Amino acid sequence: MDQKELRELEAQCIQECPPTCTAACPVHVDVKAMLREVERGDFTAALKIYRKSVPFPRIISRLCDQPCHDVCLRADVGDAIAIRELERACVEFGSESSEKSRPIPKRKGHVAIVGGGISGITAAYELARKGYAVTIYETGSALGGSLWQIDKDLLPAWVIERDLEVMNTLGIDIRLNTPVSDIHELRRENEAVYLAVGAQLEESFDLERGEHGFITVDPVTFETSAAGIFAGGGMRWGKEMHSSITSISEGRRAAISIDRHLQHVSLTASRDNEGAYKSCLYTKLDGIEPLPMVAERDGWRYDQDDAMQEAKRCLQCECMECVKACEYLKHYERYPRRYVREIYNNLSIVKGTRYANTFINSCSMCGLCAEICPEDLDMGEINLAARREMVKQKRMPASAFDFALRDMAFSNSDQFAFNRNRPGAATSDYVFFPGCQLCASSPQHVESAYGYLNARMEGSNVGLMLGCCGAPAHWAGEEALFNQTIQRWQDDLHAMGDPTVILPCSSCYQIFKSAMPEVKIVSLWELYEQHGLPEYTQPVTRTVAIHDPCTARHERPVQDSVRHLAEQLGCTVEELPFSREKTVCCSYGGHMWLANPQVAEKTVRRRIDEHPADYLTYCAMCRDFFAKQGKRAVHILDLIYGEPTEDRAARHSPGWSQRHENRAQLKRKLLTSIWGETMDGTQAHESIRVIVSDEVRAVLEKRLILTEDIQRVIEYAERTKRRLRNPMSGRFLAYFKPTTVTYWVEYQPQDDGYVIFNAYSHRMEVPGSGES
Amino acid sequence: MTDVEIPSTSPWMCGNCDLPLQVGQVDVGYMGNAFPVKLWKCPKCGLIFVPEDLALGKMLDVEKQLEDK
Ligand code: SF4
Ligand code: SF4
Ligand code: SF4
Ligand SMILES: [Zn+2]
Repeated sequence: MDQKELRELEAQCIQECPPTCTAACPVHVDVKAMLREVERGDFTAALKIYRKSVPFPRIISRLCDQPCHDVCLRADVGDAIAIRELERACVEFGSESSEKSRPIPKRKGHVAIVGGGISGITAAYELARKGYAVTIYETGSALGGSLWQIDKDLLPAWVIERDLEVMNTLGIDIRLNTPVSDIHELRRENEAVYLAVGAQLEESFDLERGEHGFITVDPVTFETSAAGIFAGGGMRWGKEMHSSITSISEGRRAAISIDRHLQHVSLTASRDNEGAYKSCLYTKLDGIEPLPMVAERDGWRYDQDDAMQEAKRCLQCECMECVKACEYLKHYERYPRRYVREIYNNLSIVKGTRYANTFINSCSMCGLCAEICPEDLDMGEINLAARREMVKQKRMPASAFDFALRDMAFSNSDQFAFNRNRPGAATSDYVFFPGCQLCASSPQHVESAYGYLNARMEGSNVGLMLGCCGAPAHWAGEEALFNQTIQRWQDDLHAMGDPTVILPCSSCYQIFKSAMPEVKIVSLWELYEQHGLPEYTQPVTRTVAIHDPCTARHERPVQDSVRHLAEQLGCTVEELPFSREKTVCCSYGGHMWLANPQVAEKTVRRRIDEHPADYLTYCAMCRDFFAKQGKRAVHILDLIYGEPTEDRAARHSPGWSQRHENRAQLKRKLLTSIWGETMDGTQAHESIRVIVSDEVRAVLEKRLILTEDIQRVIEYAERTKRRLRNPMSGRFLAYFKPTTVTYWVEYQPQDDGYVIFNAYSHRMEVPGSGES
Repeated sequence: MTDVEIPSTSPWMCGNCDLPLQVGQVDVGYMGNAFPVKLWKCPKCGLIFVPEDLALGKMLDVEKQLEDK
């Protein structure tokens, strides 16, 4: 990821865009933050936020034409928030923090302001606070211009006087009763001039004018046809429109131009969204209870409680759609715009700790966020790219995905992987590729399904191919290993005559589809639908809630086939709130379960809680992950091939050792029964018989220690006699490092086997841990 | 790694040499880093004892720290 990509990705997440109210406000009051304070009853803090954008809060909180109100999203679920009334409450109930008038360092430059109305005094205020020498020329006898013509009930004189007091504290030269006749003369005496004489147009300044006789100015800089002379406020729009907040906005923006003009820098660079603009924020309103505006009392004024109630109605508009949907994004308590920056930083660190490694490795890469995001931002893709980069930089923590990669290596070793055409056939028309985890979980169903395919697909040779598609390497960011695996399937398929691959697993399906687009594939579920269920299948009358695996997110026909099969089987199928293209990962995807068990548990638990019915799915891992958390769940093959008498939804998830064993045995069994072959050669450790209690088994499972790891330690220790002995209990403790992990096993011989009491492991290297 | 605490007694003897273990300096390493640690070990053949707490506690922490460096 380079800087440019980072910025593009950051821009894609619109979570930090101001809400519609703030964007529509010509001075961009931080309405959300202000109302948060009001809701808490902290009117002083709220006032402070208001004053940051509004220099004359008493006046504006009475006069503002509140364009924010017109676009407030609350209007769609109740009434728009009474923003101006709440601002007035801030002024009334908040105490003004006594702004310490720090001495302002003087800057070079004289600025003349023509007109002491609200726009002119705003510009004067801003420029004086920057340290420029400012002179205001006002025709009338007081500052404030048209403010004095406003209804006294709405805007009493004391309010104007009180707010304008600040103008006497900034060292501004205020010349009342002083009309200006020659604007160009004034410009010669000053480095810059701001013209803000309000709606009356008698003045005949010699400047370019537009259609309606108004002085033309650059819409961004407010510069007139004469360099150094700027104009804004009511004199730009005449009497038709009166917006004190727009006058303030233009005064401030002209002041920015004048400051730049005096500093001889570009007037136009990066001045986007200075006035009112349209917000890009997306806020979903589904499920929000409509609430009416808190009624106004006493004319149009709120008391403190009313104001707090009204502020509470503010939706605090934000996006956060993906964060709401994904436990992983939620867990880290920020949102993608921040996350991509953290990922970028993590990838750029040369020396020092990479704090985001676990973050990057915890994503299930399920793609749900991309479905939900109004801007289609896909954190899964970003995390995948980051993992690949970490692997390339040799910065991927060695322990991160080691277990899953070793599981894949097992699947693609001779212990499980093999390909065969039908006995007697030289090539195959179809080949059944059940994948690794279905064989690990339900080897008997795989055998049945293969039998079915051979029986039903008359006239076709259906071969068999066992192995792991390579998804674990893909998820781990191990591109080289992944490509090597893909190459192997391509070569093997070619050798079998380029058959169509029959796939039950949706992860395999995705891998084949994306990495081997030239290979013809078909989902096993579509074939069942096409060729009919096996005759001996017993109907199962029950209600199930269907869970689509995240890798089947975009496979409508596959999703439909499974639903049809379930109905044919007699099930009533219910949909989960998040289903089909919006389905949720079970936490197996992307190795989430391995990288971050805590986030994985939240993810799977949330999914489980969506529906009380037994879940029906068509991925072995989804089924097993639900079962592990105590959720009743069936795989579609459990319905097709399970014994009607057994409680199929209560089937336990086999442990990791059992999953190896199931795969190894499936191979042996099929080779013998179908091809009449026997597997030769066992390794020394395989003959070690271990005796493990359920309690110890659970510890091993949690620590990801396999039976074969234990067998290797004992085989080594017994052969070399390198083991510790406890003279009291007669137990042994031995350690051995088969590859990268050192395993410790506490055991005791019993009959022809060994009772296991405990096992643990570490990756640090210690002396005496064996040959290897 | 140098500040690890090990139990003051060890129930284990070397099953190879039939000798009681003694506390001694052992070099443990990870990703090219080596740390001298005091552990129980066989005075004759050097077979060592890494307690479960150490493997799953301090050692794991250090492994993770080094992996994130
Ligand atoms: S609900 Fe609140 S944040 Fe949203 S537009 Fe209205 S005032 Fe602004
Ligand atoms: S877990 Fe899924 S939804 Fe969450 S960030 Fe990763 S890809 Fe997106
Ligand atoms: S859905 Fe998520 S990534 Fe997309 S804009 Fe909203 S917060 Fe950002
Ligand atoms: Zn010894």
